Amino acid sequence: MEQHDHTCPGKSRRDFIKKSTALTAISLTPAAVVKAGEHHEAIASFFEKTPLQMEVNGKMVQVLVDPGVSLLDMLREQLGLTGTKKGCDQGHCGACIVHVDGKRVNSCLTEAVDNNGKKITTIEGLAEGDKLHPVQEAFIKHDAFQCGYCTPGQIMSAVACIREGQANSEADIREYMSDNICRCGAYPNIVAAITAAKNSGQKI
Amino acid sequence: MDKEKRASYFADEDDRVDGIDKVTGRAKYTADHHPENMAYAVFVTSTITRGSVKNFILSEARDAPGVLEIITHLNCPAVPGFQPWAKDPNKKGFEWRGLKPFANNLVWYYGQPIALVVASTWEKAVKAASLVKAEYITEEAETDFEKFRKDPSRLKPSGEYKRGETDAYKQADVFVENEYHLPIETHNPIELHATIAHWEGNDKLTVYDKSQGPKGTQAELARTFGLEEKNVRVITKFLGGAFGSSLRSWPHVAAACIAAKMVKRPVRLQLTRRQMFTMVGYRPMAWQKIAIGASRDGKLTGITHHAISNTSRYEDFREGIVNASQYLYECPNVNTTYKILPLDINTPTWMRGPGEASGAFALECALDELAYKLNMDPVELRIKNYAELHPVSKLPWSSKFLKECYDKGRELVGWSNRSAIPRSKKEDGKLIGYGMGGGVFGASRGNATVKAIFTSEGKLNLYSAVSDMGPGTATAMVSIAADVLQLPAAKISFLLGDTEFPPGPTQGGSTTTSTMGTAVSLVCEMLKTQLIEIARQQSPLFSGLSADDLACSNGKVYAKTDISKNMGFAELVKASGKPQIEILKESGPDPAVRSKYAMNSFSAHFVKVAIDPATGAIELKKVVCTGDGGKIVSPKTARSQMIGGAVGGIGMALTEEALVDTRTGKYLNDTLGSYLVPRHRDVPFIDTWFPDKPDPVINPMGSKGVGEIALVGFAAAVANAVYNATGKRITSLPLKPSMII
Repeated sequence: MEQHDHTCPGKSRRDFIKKSTALTAISLTPAAVVKAGEHHEAIASFFEKTPLQMEVNGKMVQVLVDPGVSLLDMLREQLGLTGTKKGCDQGHCGACIVHVDGKRVNSCLTEAVDNNGKKITTIEGLAEGDKLHPVQEAFIKHDAFQCGYCTPGQIMSAVACIREGQANSEADIREYMSDNICRCGAYPNIVAAITAAKNSGQKI
Repeated sequence: MDKEKRASYFADEDDRVDGIDKVTGRAKYTADHHPENMAYAVFVTSTITRGSVKNFILSEARDAPGVLEIITHLNCPAVPGFQPWAKDPNKKGFEWRGLKPFANNLVWYYGQPIALVVASTWEKAVKAASLVKAEYITEEAETDFEKFRKDPSRLKPSGEYKRGETDAYKQADVFVENEYHLPIETHNPIELHATIAHWEGNDKLTVYDKSQGPKGTQAELARTFGLEEKNVRVITKFLGGAFGSSLRSWPHVAAACIAAKMVKRPVRLQLTRRQMFTMVGYRPMAWQKIAIGASRDGKLTGITHHAISNTSRYEDFREGIVNASQYLYECPNVNTTYKILPLDINTPTWMRGPGEASGAFALECALDELAYKLNMDPVELRIKNYAELHPVSKLPWSSKFLKECYDKGRELVGWSNRSAIPRSKKEDGKLIGYGMGGGVFGASRGNATVKAIFTSEGKLNLYSAVSDMGPGTATAMVSIAADVLQLPAAKISFLLGDTEFPPGPTQGGSTTTSTMGTAVSLVCEMLKTQLIEIARQQSPLFSGLSADDLACSNGKVYAKTDISKNMGFAELVKASGKPQIEILKESGPDPAVRSKYAMNSFSAHFVKVAIDPATGAIELKKVVCTGDGGKIVSPKTARSQMIGGAVGGIGMALTEEALVDTRTGKYLNDTLGSYLVPRHRDVPFIDTWFPDKPDPVINPMGSKGVGEIALVGFAAAVANAVYNATGKRITSLPLKPSMII
């Protein structure tokens, strides 16, 4: 079969609930529920989900996730935050970059459950109301994109690049930003936008 | 129309109209949609290269959690468009192009979809797909292009051209002859191809699809599933790049529709990055042999160009690989042949610049080689053979400002610093070289319809079912409308990407601005005429004045003789007594013009490279792209498009090569970590320049398009610069340090 990019654990909590000895299960849950769990998808589903709490774009959210769900898919499919993009699901393209506790992270490479209690910022959380973030403004002014698909990841990386003090020269920006692919080839304009945002004197 | 003022009127307003949506994450691409109760589909793909599926073992996959359906050829319902219509000579039906998913058990290539798992979540579908087992009957597969291209019996002739004498180069004072090799190059837009299919009953289908032509996809799906076109709606609001990969519907589009029908739920099928190599086309492998002869003073006397590119076993794909050799330069004797070689791999398709880009690599490198042999400047050689008439049709060009491109390109790259002797110039210990390459592509205009609604608030909404893969169609259309109506761009919206709108063109072949822009320009002219007429009829201000006495500026109609007599567009709409003004305008090509002129866009790319003599590492020091695309409608986005083409050219020249294992037929580097596309660190500042001269006949804007010429000829410029720097003539792409040291 095709070698899938995103493996799910073979032995899940579902296997545990559905197939492990009743002895273990009974000690955790009423027998009737265990029995139901053997037959009913919905109940099995409930038991295998992990409750998480995290701060996403300044708001506390509680979410139940299946095992093996990436932070990227949790944001997109469960919270409806589709600004963060799936480009490869392998950590190669950077389209899924978000900030976790202020650090840039490929959200496709980290499981949602490993981010419990953390502070996540996505592209949707960058602007303050109608006021765009200076890097977003600079991207528009310098036409730092064409199709716009890699743009959320580019912008999240760009903000981190400036905040981390890595935007001191065009060569430094290019090197730092090389984890973010832009297939439309807006690279020179992205470098110009980051340079302009950094030099604007605004708080990044 | 005042062409001089075009696009300059709102020059400060040329930010993309969809810029805010794109920088805030609000822009919705196909997979961002999430209809209620949506299920997720994942392909199971073949692990053999040629043969058939003998048996599926599905029990384990069926028992996996969340599985709703597993579709194979054994349970796939009959799809009307999958029936070969040729069987019924009386009924000229429609037949789905290419691979028909689950129509039979045949395997044509490694990684072909053979089953589809539909489940309640994507993770569950992935898991279950990994549990599907297939048993195969395996046949010997053939995927070795280099081996089989040498066997004439396997080649399908795909066009011959001749003027004057065959192989005239052999009698020339001076000639060059060389073979050129191109690998598979994949589009790999960062947006994964995806389709969401949603049936409402048996006869109504809504599809979100990554399509460069929603109307084309609508027609294909309607005919494939035996539906009325009006009952199929295709939505492509935003398209995350495509470069040709979305010019047609691939098997996953039909598969998503089949799945949604079977599970009676909306289904999303998004390809994985690996599947982006095996399911949505690529630029084919190509072998070319080109020979060019010239007199001692540099006049070309003969060009011979042979090309072979690969196709799949199940579908023929051809492109214009030898075309530019026939007409880019004046030459009395030209002969070309083109053949395709079927192999057991997936079908290729047009990739930006398509065949012309492959062909230009050979042609432009060969001219460079010839220039050295003649001891002539490569630019002067091109100017010496500049074609004033189209050498094939003998028609005059509608416009051609390629000489201006040569001159400006030379100036911007610092061509005067170039040494005519290879490997003779050094800077900071590195070998320095300058090179150039020319490009050409057809300029044309197709059919488009636009609906204009002018509201009583003074806003103009334009609607058409075109989509935009990135160059900025809506931005260009707003610019055109603003210019014709002299209305601020902020008051204009261009709504696209939905087949509920009037038919728009497929975005490809550098034709969108020309085609769509013509319809927009014409509808705005009609609107202007109507507004002026309303002003004359309804307002005493303009009594006694003719239409010629009135003009538009800044959203108002005014009297030319007395600008204090004016009336805003919004007021005029109200005065008309109608809630809004609505006009539908269709436009198409003008055959009369077509028969009188040859129409092309042209480019000239210049690069300066620095090469480390110890490691062979190639660094691009300067890149200059000049392009005659006629009048530039939207300068900011056109510049970006040109830069983007150059970056595509950098990939073609230096990084991109998809490798197929000739034993197994499997792609060896099917990830973005191993198939190398240019990244930030590979791309320097890129200078662009356009003559920006309107073409007098092609369309009302005078715009010819720059999408393809941005890339055509670029790779040759790099290879030629590498020769200038090192004295090594490299004829295989991508260029690698190992070929230099």
